[in-house]
Amino acid sequence: MQHDDVIWDIIGNKQFCSFKVKTKSQGFCRNEYNVTGLCNRSSCPLANSQYATIREEKGQCFLYMKVIERAAFPAKMWEKVKLSKNYEKALEQIDENLIYWPRFIRHKCKQRFTKITQYLIRMRKLVLKRQRKLVPLSRKVERREKRKEEKALIAAQLDNAIEKELLERLKQGTDTGKREFEMNKLKTSSDEEEQDEEEESSSEEEEEVETKTKASRSKGKSPANGSAVRKKRAYVEIEYETEPVAKSRATS
Amino acid sequence: MDITEIPVSQDNQGKKKKNKKAKKKSGSQEGNGESGGVETKEEKMEKSEPAFPPTFSVSEIKNKQRRHLMFMKLKQEKRKQKMQIKKKKKKEREALGDKAPPKEVPKTIENQRVYDETTVDPEDEEIAFDEGTDEFSAYFNGLTNPKVLITTSDRPRGRTVRFCEQLATVIPNAHVYYRRGLALKRIIPQCIARNFTYLIVINEDRKVPNGLVLCHLPDGPTAHFKISSVRLRKEMKRRGKDPTEHSPEVILNNFTTRLGHSIGRQFAALFPQDPQFVGRQVATFHNQRDFVFFRFHRYIFKNEKKVGIQELGPRFTLKLRSLQKGTFDSKFGEYEWVLKRHEMDACRRKFHL
Repeated sequence: MQHDDVIWDIIGNKQFCSFKVKTKSQGFCRNEYNVTGLCNRSSCPLANSQYATIREEKGQCFLYMKVIERAAFPAKMWEKVKLSKNYEKALEQIDENLIYWPRFIRHKCKQRFTKITQYLIRMRKLVLKRQRKLVPLSRKVERREKRKEEKALIAAQLDNAIEKELLERLKQGTDTGKREFEMNKLKTSSDEEEQDEEEESSSEEEEEVETKTKASRSKGKSPANGSAVRKKRAYVEIEYETEPVAKSRATS
Repeated sequence: MDITEIPVSQDNQGKKKKNKKAKKKSGSQEGNGESGGVETKEEKMEKSEPAFPPTFSVSEIKNKQRRHLMFMKLKQEKRKQKMQIKKKKKKEREALGDKAPPKEVPKTIENQRVYDETTVDPEDEEIAFDEGTDEFSAYFNGLTNPKVLITTSDRPRGRTVRFCEQLATVIPNAHVYYRRGLALKRIIPQCIARNFTYLIVINEDRKVPNGLVLCHLPDGPTAHFKISSVRLRKEMKRRGKDPTEHSPEVILNNFTTRLGHSIGRQFAALFPQDPQFVGRQVATFHNQRDFVFFRFHRYIFKNEKKVGIQELGPRFTLKLRSLQKGTFDSKFGEYEWVLKRHEMDACRRKFHL
């Protein structure tokens, strides 16, 4: 004979219950057969002879009913009833099995069953959406890669490489556009140079010098016109052949 | 007996001296203190000081300080010898003049790189044909203009958002859209419908961008990279003003193998075919030891031989993780290349890009 009141008196209030978790406002019951999850006189599975819960296993819901005659065999104490997958039918099943049981337990069982079906539906929906795959980073590998990257950066000498490439492209004229552009710049700068030079010295000498020297300076674009101090060097206008070469060559 | 004597005396010497003067002093002291026979021995030892007795090793001394001193001495001796050899060589070189043998080239990782069979030969016809007919041929023949969609993973935080914005200024014709939990597989058909050619997804981890998915849209290859060392514009030293709207030039360096070639073409196809030289901007993708460094500069030619560059715009490093044939599909996609760490990192001289 199970004395429910005595049991509750002991575990509920006075002495220790290993399933009880107390917080400031509420007490919780960690017993897996508890319907509500709270620590109450009416929800305690140990202190009630007539008790029932709903539990789910791999997506299947079962109604568990406590058979107090088997209290001496705790492993066989709970009677299991498989509930149908149809929500309404399952509710009817619960009603049918728990007929003549206290209102409280019937109500709580149905509530629990509803919650369980809802979360199962949500789980099934989430699986269809995008799954986030977490890829673990290995700290050692990351450290090594960081060091390798630093060394590669030093070996790359990026600024030099970029400058070299730009100069090469200028020389070869990979794009007609660039050559023409440069030439335009050259013409504008050369016009300015011409005006300055004619003022200073005789033209004959300059012409001789012009033909001999290469156009080293004049190809450069003038930076903001006031800033650079430009030496008065002779120059020559050279016509370049424009080569239509495809732009995309992945350089080695 | 010899053996036991030598360490002791040497220890004493080691303890007393830290430079040559002290050495000589101690030697002479010992010499005075003992008989003539031992003196000669001491002298011999002095002479053979630089060459330690063969049965002696520094690690046998138990006392840490003395051991340390002896080790330092050893190192100094070795360095001295090395300098002597160098000097000798230099003298010989100068003596021979023109007939001197060529200078030896130091070994670098790039020199020692394991030859990759898939290295592209510039004149290879097969590759030229392949490139003429692959997914980028439309772009390289000037038919399509790139239109890029930049987005992130869910709920991006500050740094990632700013990075996306800056990327959008660097790449012309780029649009940033917030990803509000949408599945990539649903975004892709919509993008194709709106004529986007590229989809960039920046993955974020702890408020920092750390992955990049580059997907060429009308079912082109998808490349997945790991991003590291992102520097935003604010954090750059001596940077210039913000980049303008002109299309930049593109520089692709060091993409030698077949895989590298295809990745290089992917990068190139991000930018419009004809750069506007007025803008004087250049975007560089430089591959070094499988790390792709991205830089964005503004250049100016000072004269024919000199060019000045100024960095503006973000910089980051990419490392290729996988290349997939079709558009982004992690489950059923056909992977052309995947980084398998254990296999591929085993050899330090083998690179794939």
